[in-house]
Amino acid sequence: MAALLVMLTLDSLAVIRPGGANVPLYTVINQHIDYRFDPKRGHDMPVIGEPDPLFGKPLNAAAAAVLIDKGKMVIQSRACMDCHTIFGNGAYYAPDLTKAWLDPAWETWQAITGAATREDAMVTFLMDPVKYRTWTRTMPNLGITQSEAEATVGYLKWIAAVDTNGFPPNFGHMQSTP
Amino acid sequence: MYRSQHLALKYLTAAIALFGVMTLAGLMAAYYYINPDFLFGLLHFNITKILHIDTLVIWLLMGFIGAIYWFLPEEFGRELVGIWAAEILFYVFCAAVAVVAVVFIVVQYGSSDETALWFINQGRKYVEAPRWAAIGVVVVMLVFAFNVLGTAYATRRITGITAVLMIDLVPLILLYLDAFPAITNMSEDQFWWWWLVHLWVEATWEVLIGCIMAWTVMQLLGTSRRIVETWLYIEVALVLGTGILGLGHHYFWIGTPNYWLTIGGFFSALEPLPLLRMVIHAIYDAGTHHMKTTNRPAFYWMMAEAFGNFLGGGVWGFMITLPQVNLYAHGTQWTVSHGHFAFWGAYACGVLSVIYLVVQKVRGLGHVNGALWKWSFAALNIGLIGMVGALLVSGFAQAFVERAIGGSTHEAFIAGQENRWFVEGMVTRLIFGLLFAAGYVALVWNLVTVGRRVPVLTAASEVK
Repeated sequence: MAALLVMLTLDSLAVIRPGGANVPLYTVINQHIDYRFDPKRGHDMPVIGEPDPLFGKPLNAAAAAVLIDKGKMVIQSRACMDCHTIFGNGAYYAPDLTKAWLDPAWETWQAITGAATREDAMVTFLMDPVKYRTWTRTMPNLGITQSEAEATVGYLKWIAAVDTNGFPPNFGHMQSTP
Repeated sequence: MYRSQHLALKYLTAAIALFGVMTLAGLMAAYYYINPDFLFGLLHFNITKILHIDTLVIWLLMGFIGAIYWFLPEEFGRELVGIWAAEILFYVFCAAVAVVAVVFIVVQYGSSDETALWFINQGRKYVEAPRWAAIGVVVVMLVFAFNVLGTAYATRRITGITAVLMIDLVPLILLYLDAFPAITNMSEDQFWWWWLVHLWVEATWEVLIGCIMAWTVMQLLGTSRRIVETWLYIEVALVLGTGILGLGHHYFWIGTPNYWLTIGGFFSALEPLPLLRMVIHAIYDAGTHHMKTTNRPAFYWMMAEAFGNFLGGGVWGFMITLPQVNLYAHGTQWTVSHGHFAFWGAYACGVLSVIYLVVQKVRGLGHVNGALWKWSFAALNIGLIGMVGALLVSGFAQAFVERAIGGSTHEAFIAGQENRWFVEGMVTRLIFGLLFAAGYVALVWNLVTVGRRVPVLTAASEVK
């Protein structure tokens, strides 16, 4: 069993490295990312589209890696996953962030913050979530700076492009009003 | 008493104290769901949650270490080698836990650099403790391993149980080294993180508690070594046979290949087998000895461990382990229901059984019984099962409203959390949490007073 696990681990690590079959390169943040139903797989799949650079500024591989790395450090240093989940892992007090980049709720925050784009609205919200609260459960101010917020948004955009075998299910396909 | 048994008493006392901190933090975390403005701006949900789950890990670990320091000198027939180092490290360990808790509560978070991970918070679930403290845990475990291996070498005597224990110490220490990295790629980060969380908790810890319960059964029921060691070997074979690739049920949705859906689903569906073995073993031994014991609380906690492990870890885990169900249940309160039941049944009940056994020996009690332990046993178990049931109802509502029909978005999440069934489940969870806390108070009071409240009889006395 242990030997089999080692073999499967080696194969899986190749698939989940940035640029592997299921995980995009960090430069995917320069592209438009969509999430559409794939009849062959039977669930939604990330679809990488036309150039659509984050904050309107294309980044090369090295700069994208620095940004994504900083985004991960923000997520760890603020213990984001002790309220949120990513890939369903973490705590369950706040929404899952796996496809947060694609969430239609940002349209509301774009209106509230008066931001020109979705990513600008996300940055504004992350820097002062108490001011832009929309629900009784409020995200606290965690001292996130402008550069840290931008890196976090970059991280969320990149992670939305990971092939997660259809998790979370039915994303964006509301079937009826609960 | 051996020096290592005095040290065991300290570890078990610290474990019970941290059990209380875990319970208090759990009550607070439960209350945030009812009143989200609770302590807002001072202490947020994430820190309370960290305190709840990290003290869970530490009190159980201290319980295991304490139990083994208690049984091992009797097993080897001599004092443990290098016990002086373990005695010093106990105080260092306790001080480190206190410092980490204070930093969590007061400092809470740092900026996005390595300094925050080294000194404040690593931000990875279960292993949030800053790196310096994680290194301390490794040092404690290394000294613990030295005590075990050094003594075995000095005595040139290895029993079946100690052999299993010594082999288990290797992955126990190696896997914990995964508590340090901060891998940028979340898919890879979570891939290795599950090696730590799953293989620690669902493999090495299962073997560890198997060793501890083997000694406990021998002392409680007088079961022969041949029988308990045979059962232990069967359990180890089943744990390794099902648990290693059972890891795959954590690889359904993190970016890993979809063959894990089949492998993880199949092997994790078999994971209840070793837990069922424990139930059979417990019933067999209890029946063979006609339920006779001189320590009823230890006996009942041991039985609770066997049944709780099977129901909480096995049955509740099986409920959500097939990918078709897991897609909707994963990351909901359904998972929380399983987590509470499994940790309680698999480990907490076992540690409490050992503690009652130790109390009997230390105070020279012919038998241990009375009313108070029954109240604490009932309140803790009814409280826990009530929480598990309430969380399950909330989890069903969340899986249905948020995932199945809501579309898993931010708006769907809120719809799920505000669903009446979900909310009522959260309120019910808190009520049963309070009952659980009352059970904890009764437990501590009983452990403190049991020697004075129960008449000391002769060692030959038995209670039917």
